[in-house]
Amino acid sequence: MEMAEIQEKVCKTLAENLSVPEDQVTPQARFQEDLDADSLDLVEAVLALEEEFGVSIPEDEMEGVKTVGQAINLVAQKLGVAA
Amino acid sequence: MPRRVVVSGIGPVSPVGTGVEDFWGALVAGRSGVSKISNFDPSELPVQIAAEVHDFSPADWMTPKEAKRTDRVVHFAIAAAKLAWKDAGEPEVDQGRTGVFFSTGIGGLSSLLAQHKVFLERGADRVSPFMVPMLMPNAAAGHVAMAFGFTGPNECITTACAAGAHAVGEAFRAIRDGYADVSLAGGTEASILPLTVAGFAQMQALSRNPDPTRASRPFDRDRDGFVMSEGAGAVVLEEAERAVARGARIYAELAGFGASADAYHITAPEPEGLGAIQAIQACLEDAGEPADAVGYVNAHGTSTQLNDASETRAIKKALGDHASGTPVSSTKSMTGHMLGAAGAIEAGVAALVVHNGEIPPTINHEHPDEVCDLDYVPNESRKADVRLALSNSFGFGGQNAVLAFRRWDA
Repeated sequence: MEMAEIQEKVCKTLAENLSVPEDQVTPQARFQEDLDADSLDLVEAVLALEEEFGVSIPEDEMEGVKTVGQAINLVAQKLGVAA
Repeated sequence: MPRRVVVSGIGPVSPVGTGVEDFWGALVAGRSGVSKISNFDPSELPVQIAAEVHDFSPADWMTPKEAKRTDRVVHFAIAAAKLAWKDAGEPEVDQGRTGVFFSTGIGGLSSLLAQHKVFLERGADRVSPFMVPMLMPNAAAGHVAMAFGFTGPNECITTACAAGAHAVGEAFRAIRDGYADVSLAGGTEASILPLTVAGFAQMQALSRNPDPTRASRPFDRDRDGFVMSEGAGAVVLEEAERAVARGARIYAELAGFGASADAYHITAPEPEGLGAIQAIQACLEDAGEPADAVGYVNAHGTSTQLNDASETRAIKKALGDHASGTPVSSTKSMTGHMLGAAGAIEAGVAALVVHNGEIPPTINHEHPDEVCDLDYVPNESRKADVRLALSNSFGFGGQNAVLAFRRWDA
């Protein structure tokens, strides 16, 4: 899977899961400040990403993730795709 | 002079109508909200009818994200609360002095079941972090408070089929006793699900009548159980002086609340209606009214053999000779049994009877029963000048709640 495709799918999944318009879900967007996602929303969003990509993302690896871009990189890393 | 409490807003979300106008219009027209279950395929179930709220969209009442993160039981509650608040004229309030008392019998059961399926089929790490906040019975009260920013007393009283009445009663006491000036009080239920239909059917509590609109027939000889229903009812209760000062439209004074327990059996009513009698008498005493002042009783009237017989005995005992001349109707004949929402929606009915001077009928009342021998306002609504109306609610668990609504007279 290409990086661009991963980015597109992550953004689409997050937009749907967090009920925000797709154009707001950019790599720069911060979960809490820009997407109004609280800690429970993030857990739910990670579940959705795990489903979408067939990967496992342990809680401790999500801890430092504050932006959509960081989430994209984490998924890419799990898939063995260089960011 | 103790503080007095009035009803200044009503918000029904029911199988017969949403909003006061549609709801009341359906009731006085004697329209049933019961039909074949359409939200899921009921063909494997012993009972295939219910009173569902059709054409309800949570998007009309909350953001898509809020709708997704809450159970249908909260969707109904938010809609009812917003309707009631609008009906009250969206009064200016001190948010810290405004309470929310919102009950349910069962809570967010469909969310629990959906996540239980995920848990069993796919494991613990697939369970939604929103399962707990979606299933907990007090979620509705919490979400209503958030929707309005009300930080006064906030409670959820889960007393099954009496829950909505307890919410209204406790909200009334909080205002009268000075803990709040205004409250949104109500009940909500959204538990028409294959599992609950199966469970209630196993209790032999549900009607097996195949004809949906004729199945809920309270006090009729051929009644054979209640019809499950869903929805929410909310009322705005307000300290009387401030309601008058702002020129509120006052439906009625909430004059009394009586509560009791049967302490007899977890589901069957005490046959002589002793718990109900105690609650009716406590309510009248609270209102400072004699039994012969009662002009209407909105019955619990579930359409089960046991309830309708014991409730009739209770009314006769509590009202004495006055009972035979008192109109008693069960609007559950039309709405079905809204369980934890029933007491709240029926509180609204009792207040509307006082305000509108008209009594909705008990429909499907075709064959008198010798143990149910009161005036049940059969089949046709009736104009009546009612100064004092009672609303009875009795829950599985043996919990009883009776509310008294009086024509407002400063």
